[in-house]
Amino acid sequence: MKSWMKSTALASLSLLPAVAMAAGAIDGDVQKQATNWTAIIMFLLFVSGTLYITYWAARRTQSASDFYTGGGGITGFQNGLAIAGDYMSAASFLGISAMVFEKGYDGLIYSMGFLVGWPIILFLVAERLRNLGKFTFADVASYRLQQTPVRTFAATGTLVVVALYLIAQMVGAGKLIQLLFGLNYSTAVILVGVLMVLYVMFGGMLATTWVQIIKACILLSGATFMAFMVMASVGFSPETLFQKATEVHAKGLAIMSPGKADPIDSISLGLALMFGTAGLPHILMRFFTVSNAKEARKSVFYATGFIGYFYILTFIIGFGAIVLVLNQPAFMETIVKDGKPLTQLMGGNNMAAIHLSHAVGGDLFYGFISAVAFATILAVVAGLTLSGASAVSHDLYASVIKKGKANEKDEMRVSKITTLALGVIAIVLGLVFEKQNIAFMVGLAFSIAASANFPVLFLSMFWKGLTTRGAVIGGAIGLVSAVVMIVLGPAVWVDVMGHAKGSAPFPYKNPALFSMSLAFFFTWLFSVLDTSKAAEEEKAKFDAQFVRSMTGIGASGASKH
Amino acid sequence: MNEDILKRVQANPKFAELVQKRSSLGWLLSIVMLAIYYGFILVLAFSPATLGASLSGGVTTVGIPVGIFIIVSAFVLTGIYVRKANTEFDQLNQQIVEEAKQ
Repeated sequence: MKSWMKSTALASLSLLPAVAMAAGAIDGDVQKQATNWTAIIMFLLFVSGTLYITYWAARRTQSASDFYTGGGGITGFQNGLAIAGDYMSAASFLGISAMVFEKGYDGLIYSMGFLVGWPIILFLVAERLRNLGKFTFADVASYRLQQTPVRTFAATGTLVVVALYLIAQMVGAGKLIQLLFGLNYSTAVILVGVLMVLYVMFGGMLATTWVQIIKACILLSGATFMAFMVMASVGFSPETLFQKATEVHAKGLAIMSPGKADPIDSISLGLALMFGTAGLPHILMRFFTVSNAKEARKSVFYATGFIGYFYILTFIIGFGAIVLVLNQPAFMETIVKDGKPLTQLMGGNNMAAIHLSHAVGGDLFYGFISAVAFATILAVVAGLTLSGASAVSHDLYASVIKKGKANEKDEMRVSKITTLALGVIAIVLGLVFEKQNIAFMVGLAFSIAASANFPVLFLSMFWKGLTTRGAVIGGAIGLVSAVVMIVLGPAVWVDVMGHAKGSAPFPYKNPALFSMSLAFFFTWLFSVLDTSKAAEEEKAKFDAQFVRSMTGIGASGASKH
Repeated sequence: MNEDILKRVQANPKFAELVQKRSSLGWLLSIVMLAIYYGFILVLAFSPATLGASLSGGVTTVGIPVGIFIIVSAFVLTGIYVRKANTEFDQLNQQIVEEAKQ
């Protein structure tokens, strides 16, 4: 341990950046910074606290239901915080405040899209999901359909979304930690991988949820403090804040109004954000941790409140960074980009919130916010890993391979082995993708969730006519078309593959409008064309499913403790 | 769920009432949310200057309170639904479940 710290300290000294690269913390190249001891100590405090919780949770995690759902005894309020925690990733905290810092009003538009999916989830999905499912959203999608094909499809959808999200988080973690803590990229990635495996493997959903709740609380308090200090500095007058910001920002008054955006792209992005949320497996899984539909509803209410509050804070933080950080010599650096000198925020725009924490709270608070950013990534990757592990052990192993006859012990063993395997895969992918442009990955994850998982889940609950054939073919078309349109679109074709600007065969950055429509259309088409006997039986089972989804009669029970 | 319970629930007029009330509130609020959000997106796409207009002579634009309104409306709409569902609908639901068991 000692020699490790020594070597890290030495390595960071030798790499002290003379010239930092022009890029964000979440993607692109970054230079390692000097070792930040306050942040490391605060982070170690967080880690020891969460490991203690894992130890506590491990003793309560005996059955499969404990592992997947924490025993089903989480309250609506706690679950609301955990859901909000899953949503307030490092990307949304640093990324959205950076977007506000850079573009002003446009950053707010982005956060709205993330938020407005929640009411829809509540009104149409949450309670039906809770009443029909047990551990994963595949339970619901396959409720009256054939287990093998539908679960295989749902598990594939889950694993693809989890993998994309996980890569984005791991690479983000590595770069962020280089910047904030002065640790090596590979050290950071391995550390994140090992900790997430420990949380999930031993503590299951109970530990994962509590890590998320604690993180959500410290992140919300830290962000509240920053927003308060920003408002205090302008005498609590928004007009003064905006006035000062427009005076110093290079874009001037333009930061107060929306920028130019392609209408089709905006609508498509809105769809991906709104319905993608309702198809993210690690979020859907949280609805099974509460005891009944009533608590599930409350979870969404609290989550919407916390997330909305958080986005208002990030908006203030972004503007605060313009006023208090931009053009302050202590936070700016001049770098060389494409042969020309460029003055930018130290470490890139994604550091806006971090520098602001330094400006309003000094070294100690800066260390605190850095530690919070790291904790955020840890908590989110743990939730993703758990959701991936459940798809393999519950959907693929227990339901597809063992045809529902697996014993609980074996199922648990498979889920733990999968957790370990996912940890190793995440570390390897994190290292492989270090130098890659991964900005498109979260967008792709949302598009796939909206185009593959959501249509099948939604139609299985709302449309009697859905058949296995329709669900699998339609869902697969949604998945494939989302991937193909992203690859042929500007985000990958131009930005990653380096083809000329404007040469992308698919002109839009966000495919959800098209891929989601295709998925719905083909799911419908192949369902109505399906005249098999099996299809008749599946339709006949809808009435019983509907009664259960509405009343909760027969729903999987609450905590056994 | 056995056939008897299923038949009894389906035959219960309270079940039809629950389904009707809950679905209409759910869809109504969904449509309100979608209208607010996509209304905003359409203004953004076709008339961004509307949102960029000054609110009251200062630098604060119309877009700022509109943005805050959308965030708050999401919270308020979920609140309305949860309040209604956790009292009125759940009561009705409870009655249906109990009557089905008899």
